[in-house]
Amino acid sequence: MILEVKKLLVGYHKKPVAAELNFSVAPGDFLCIVGTNGAGKSTLLKTLLGLIRPISGNIIYQVPSKEIGYLPQQNRIPKNFPASVLEIVLSGRNAHRSWRPFYSAEDKRMAFENMERLNVLQYANKCLRELSGGEQQRVLLARALCAGDKLLFLDEPVASLDPEATADFYGLLKTLNESGLTIVMVTHDEQEGLENASQVLHVGNPNFYGDLEEYRARFT
Amino acid sequence: MPDLLETFLNYLQYGFVQRAFVVGILISLCASLLGVMLVFRRFSYLGDSLSHVAFGAMAIAAALNFTDDLLVMLPVTILCAVFLLRSGNGTLVKGDASIAMMSVGSLAMGYLLMNLFSKKANLSGDVCSTLFGSTSILTLSSFDTVLCASLSVAVILFFVLFYNSIFAIIFDETFAKASGVKVERFNLVMAIVTAAVIVFAMRLVGSLLVSALIIFPTVSAMRLFKSFWGVTLCAVVLSVFCTAIGIVVAILVGTPVGSTIVAVNILIFALTSIFRRVK
Repeated sequence: MILEVKKLLVGYHKKPVAAELNFSVAPGDFLCIVGTNGAGKSTLLKTLLGLIRPISGNIIYQVPSKEIGYLPQQNRIPKNFPASVLEIVLSGRNAHRSWRPFYSAEDKRMAFENMERLNVLQYANKCLRELSGGEQQRVLLARALCAGDKLLFLDEPVASLDPEATADFYGLLKTLNESGLTIVMVTHDEQEGLENASQVLHVGNPNFYGDLEEYRARFT
Repeated sequence: MPDLLETFLNYLQYGFVQRAFVVGILISLCASLLGVMLVFRRFSYLGDSLSHVAFGAMAIAAALNFTDDLLVMLPVTILCAVFLLRSGNGTLVKGDASIAMMSVGSLAMGYLLMNLFSKKANLSGDVCSTLFGSTSILTLSSFDTVLCASLSVAVILFFVLFYNSIFAIIFDETFAKASGVKVERFNLVMAIVTAAVIVFAMRLVGSLLVSALIIFPTVSAMRLFKSFWGVTLCAVVLSVFCTAIGIVVAILVGTPVGSTIVAVNILIFALTSIFRRVK
């Protein structure tokens, strides 16, 4: 198992927002986290990423936290920020830099490799705001993969994309998953979003964790 | 024109003019680096209110008859900076009102204290020169110069060594946090650096004009460059350029140093804005 969650209660100020959660993620899994607004999906994700503390329970990672990538919700990125695609992708390596003030040749090689993998290499010197929504998501995905290419967390990655870009993005995730990347995705999109899922975690009344088929059988 | 040049070269022979140049350039360099951090984190207003706090602190120092007011100004301003960053939990959204209160409160109390305790004859002149900068940049002692130079080196070193973390944090704080960057520690250091630079920059342009030195170069640079590295470098160059030109003009024409520097900054901002429109 790459990640095991046991009897986890998440919430703010000691007030749990969801019932106890139990689930696990094996290497190569594609876990989708679904649930209505306010059910606690984002709180769970923040807790898994270590941004807030769990109220109780255990989160056990079998990968070092440096090997974890994260794609935040898109509206978090400031609009007028002057930053080139290369600078953004490279900043994914920041946690690997440790005490060295500058990025190594290896860091740069990884940045270029991931830009090529996600087909944004030609935009390396462009500013993020000059790109389309789908391209921006691919750039941020390249940054996440620079941070870690074992386990990837995504928070509503297609929320601001048009249908075509959404389909592209899901195709990309499928390829990455098939090449061995473990994916945990919070999503609203219960149709196409779940198609690639191997497991589904439903947060909220009632909590559910199981295979996609089981989930579809129970909730539709 | 040759006359002006000659007059200027004449001035340059004096130690106090040389010191003014060195200190002015170092301070504006630091202020522009600070600006890059503050503007992109939407903390522009922080610089402004801290400079008012520094004014209040200076009044306290004057009332207590401190010979070196830096000893009061630095710690008080640093404390307030830390408090302001904390109160907003790093985002400053909730800290909006507390910033405004601290800012005007310090101005009012500062003026009150100066009125009550100042033994100098020309009080309004004193107040005016602390608010809008004085010729004190031309009366720096060598001790001040050394102090200011060491601070500048520290700020530049901080920025160079932590450049990549600074970028990661101001571009996407959540991502940086999730990947293990110590964001709280960084905020604390940023607060201290901000306070220190503002206290020193006050001597150059005065308390009311400090934030101009912080904000203008970055905003102008944003109109010319699209990458973070480009904007940072350009902000530094513009800031140093504006200050140098400002000091030269101020010496030659006899205008107040602070406002002249800010005027040059405004001019550059206008030019870069036009340049972007045309492009």
